[in-house]
Amino acid sequence: MRARTSTRVGRYAALLAYLVFLAFPFLWLLSTAFKSPRELGSLHPTWIPRHPTLDNFRQAFDEQPLLHAALNSLLAAVGAAVIAVVIATPLAYVMARHRSALTRAATGWVVVSQAFPLVLVIIPLFLVLKNLRLINSLAGLTLVYVVWALPFALWMLAGYVRAVPAEIEEAAAVDGAGRLRTLVSVVAPLLAPGITATGLFAFVTAWNEFFFALVLLKTPEKQTLPVVLTHFIGAEGVADLGPLAAAAFLATLPSLVVFALIQRRITGGMLTGAVKN
Amino acid sequence: MRSRTICLLALALALLAGCTGGAGGSANGRITLRFQSLAWQQESVEANKELVKEWNASHPGIKVEYVQGSWDSVHDQLLTSFEGGEAPDIIHDASDDLADFAYGGYLADLRGLLPARLKSDIPQRSWETATFGDGIYGVPFLQEPRVIVANATWLKDSGVRIPTPERPWSWPEFRNITRQLGSGGGKGKYGVAWPLKEPVSATLNLSLSAGGELFHRGADGKVTIRFGAADQVVPRTIHDQANIDHSASPTTLGSGGSDTLPGFFGGKYAMVPLGFSYRQQIVQQAPKGFDWQVLPAPAGADGLTQGVSPQTLSIAEDSPHKKEAAAFLDFLLRPKNMVRLALGDWMLPTGSRALRDPALHTAEDGWATGTALAAHLRSAPAQSVRGYPEWKDKVATPAFQEYYSGAIGLAELRRRLVKDGNLVLARYQR
Repeated sequence: MRARTSTRVGRYAALLAYLVFLAFPFLWLLSTAFKSPRELGSLHPTWIPRHPTLDNFRQAFDEQPLLHAALNSLLAAVGAAVIAVVIATPLAYVMARHRSALTRAATGWVVVSQAFPLVLVIIPLFLVLKNLRLINSLAGLTLVYVVWALPFALWMLAGYVRAVPAEIEEAAAVDGAGRLRTLVSVVAPLLAPGITATGLFAFVTAWNEFFFALVLLKTPEKQTLPVVLTHFIGAEGVADLGPLAAAAFLATLPSLVVFALIQRRITGGMLTGAVKN
Repeated sequence: MRSRTICLLALALALLAGCTGGAGGSANGRITLRFQSLAWQQESVEANKELVKEWNASHPGIKVEYVQGSWDSVHDQLLTSFEGGEAPDIIHDASDDLADFAYGGYLADLRGLLPARLKSDIPQRSWETATFGDGIYGVPFLQEPRVIVANATWLKDSGVRIPTPERPWSWPEFRNITRQLGSGGGKGKYGVAWPLKEPVSATLNLSLSAGGELFHRGADGKVTIRFGAADQVVPRTIHDQANIDHSASPTTLGSGGSDTLPGFFGGKYAMVPLGFSYRQQIVQQAPKGFDWQVLPAPAGADGLTQGVSPQTLSIAEDSPHKKEAAAFLDFLLRPKNMVRLALGDWMLPTGSRALRDPALHTAEDGWATGTALAAHLRSAPAQSVRGYPEWKDKVATPAFQEYYSGAIGLAELRRRLVKDGNLVLARYQR
């Protein structure tokens, strides 16, 4: 009994350590955002700002068009998430349910495509988009985000499709449902958590993305939030730390809010699937 | 469910439609120039934007569009823009980043474009920083010497001689004083904290004061590396301070300049060698009543000479409006405007008339000390040497880091810098 208790305590301690590890950067960002330059230069930093100030937020908004950049990020991220999910869902179903040489090759290609480094594709991509007149346009950037998110979205959704027992579809067929009816009324609801998770993945990837946005967007009114955040960093990596932390803190909020709203649905769906199996 | 899918598709299309926008350009015969600025500090951004506004108000036929760039990623971003033919017309960068773009034919040769006033206002030694081959590919306009920022109270209490640009410390004197300051400070206190996250540029630029050139161009135009006695003065001083005298903090050797400031304010270090523009952070962050001062870097056989890589303004070779872009540069870099830009960035202007401005000669915040160093600033060694970035990253940075930390000795440092370094350079000079 004592051994079981100590094991449990050990587990909770490990979990707590992991949580602290995960939360540390965000909490430090939060703390920095409310500190004055003098406090930021202190030899003995504190978690709780001694003289909390909103000056960093004021300065961040004064210096850079944060709201406009956030709107651009939101348009690109939501657009990318929706389109990626719409394309990936039927493709993932085919990849998971119809095993053939073609689907195996497609799966292999999905894996291989993840291995290409960004710098390898950026110049050809730039030239392609230039020919399509999609440079300096959020539509072009959204398109890139869709393509960039698609392989992993496919991979992820195919896993969710495989977790839905094929017997359920057979039962629906026995009950007289056609293929389309089965997909829409039986498979799609069971896939909802997977679709949500995939959409969230695509959203967060696009929301945080920096390099494509930096290279593809030319004018200030098109720039996204991650690009605008770098404007607080100067030569030799010297940063305007307070405003940068304030802006970065605000930039992380949408991802946190979206995740907080739908996380129960994701985990709930996963658990449901587990029980059924 | 089907209607939900249709709704999703419609939403996606609507978002895409909403996202689409045309690229900027000229219209109605009015020329539009895109000026990508890397200004990032509030005062500097304001100064740049104000100047653009003033230009636009006085030049209705040539509109300048201010585009905010970032130092963090400027090289990659420019490279892609050049390759794709979408580069801004006017480009803000630093002279040590221009070599590849100049040799690659992406930047316009400014020799025939700039007015005589601007050419004669900026001294030849500054033009050399942006000269690659026979052409000039950028206007050097802001520069920053490396200075020593000191805890004035600590120095006063120790009774050491305070150096001036007229009577600077020599390198041996600097070592002695650092030792004196360190031993008088108590446990955990150091005479100096060298922030050497980027050890190569700091070492090479300061080595010019001792006559260390390191890179030597032969009669055939090929560059080779030699690590002679003059090249060793600065590295040996830093190494000995950190490893023999223990008067330099070992922990800051891998830090950036900003990282050393809390320790400096907290009384751990008497002095920190920093770029001149760090004064802005010091003014912002120093605790109330903290007394600090700017001192010149130590002098060697060549006096106070230092290498710098000034900030530059270039014109893209692909720009269809080079003449107009040059006219804008002429406006932006008029002496008064250059002073505004320099004050905004807490740096020194390169223009000789701007350097005479009284605002740059006040004792406040060390402006006068920095301005007195302007005449001693030269082109940073090797910035026009092809293969330098690879030598710096693969050979010199790890070699200097290991030497300063005491992991290797001077002989091994020389072997790596010279033998390994010349192999790297040879590949670029075949």
